[in-house]
Amino acid sequence: MTTIILAIVIGAAFGFALDRVGATNPGYIISMLRLGNLHLMKTILLAIGVSSVVLFAGLLAGVIDPGHLSVKTAYAGVIIGGALLGLGFAAAGYCPGTGLAAAATGRKDALFFTAGGLLGAAAYMGSYAWVKGTGVLDSIAGGKTTVGKIAGTDYPALMDGVSGEAIGILLGAIFIIIAFVLPSRLRAERPVEADEANQPNDAIRL
Amino acid sequence: MILNWKKGGVLLGLVFLMAVVLVKPIGVSTQFVIFDGILWDAVNPAVVVEAPDAKSGYASPNAYLNKSGGSYAKNVANPLNYSFVFVLAMIAGAGISALLRGGVGREERTMPAIWRVNYGDTPWKRYLTAFAGGFIVLYGARLAGGCTSGHMMSGMMQTAISGYLFAAGAFAAGIPAAIYLYNREA
Repeated sequence: MTTIILAIVIGAAFGFALDRVGATNPGYIISMLRLGNLHLMKTILLAIGVSSVVLFAGLLAGVIDPGHLSVKTAYAGVIIGGALLGLGFAAAGYCPGTGLAAAATGRKDALFFTAGGLLGAAAYMGSYAWVKGTGVLDSIAGGKTTVGKIAGTDYPALMDGVSGEAIGILLGAIFIIIAFVLPSRLRAERPVEADEANQPNDAIRL
Repeated sequence: MILNWKKGGVLLGLVFLMAVVLVKPIGVSTQFVIFDGILWDAVNPAVVVEAPDAKSGYASPNAYLNKSGGSYAKNVANPLNYSFVFVLAMIAGAGISALLRGGVGREERTMPAIWRVNYGDTPWKRYLTAFAGGFIVLYGARLAGGCTSGHMMSGMMQTAISGYLFAAGAFAAGIPAAIYLYNREA
């Protein structure tokens, strides 16, 4: 019962936060990926940085249970699947969580995204045996690997002698710094007329 | 009005932190499979069956639902579990937030402004793209074993190598695709 109450409280907080940061608006996601407005990129980088620093500081201090960590396996399919997700993310402007959240805010295109998502997940269920046979699900880089060795866990480390907690705080700090130094856009604004030439090569101006 | 990136980033970060401190890292895309399984099992009760020999106590003729000792099959049989309720609550939380801020405008509900300036005002084109996008997003997320929440945010937060690989794949494909598809700025 307690876990269900936690699911309701944390889930609702997550949905609320996704909406308040603008992640339920596909316009912000598409603008982030086309580098025209990095608001969400800075938000995400700061979120990862803050959570990482506090998480690893809490682990070092012994106030967070390392048993709650859950590191996923690395395999070639992670990169291929990530790339497929990236394509759909760019076209639709939704990812699985924000699509469901956006549908709840009244966005009708998000309902179509969700329906497509249910069909895509079903297609994966149907093709899983074949995908597994191709070998792309076989572990690489040691499987459930983290950068440094995290005490109280069995996860293998990329850098075995390095404290996973220290490297977690350091990487978190780097994410926070990138969030601050990243400009609000990486791409010059162009007048609509100029787009008629349709030259994608001159699109990125740093 | 949305939160600026500093407030929004801290808020989102604290939610991801709260999840891992109290229960486990946030993830969403698995629940698309669980919901599919519930629908499938409603049509064909043989999809998930009790199996005392399986690690989870449940089994499925579908290899995906049956993997890891039938753990997905078990969640299909018992949807009142943490991860499924979490996603339902996420949907409710986003809906409540939108209500409190006055909702999404009528035009935006059909398509975002950036779609309109690039592809015009025809809803079915946007709906079809959103549907096709949803298909490859979820196929990709299940192939990767997680999505933006589970791999990118929760994964990189924990310094998981899989999280960095996922983010590299997603942005390497997503950035050129978005630049190509959306030439005009909203």
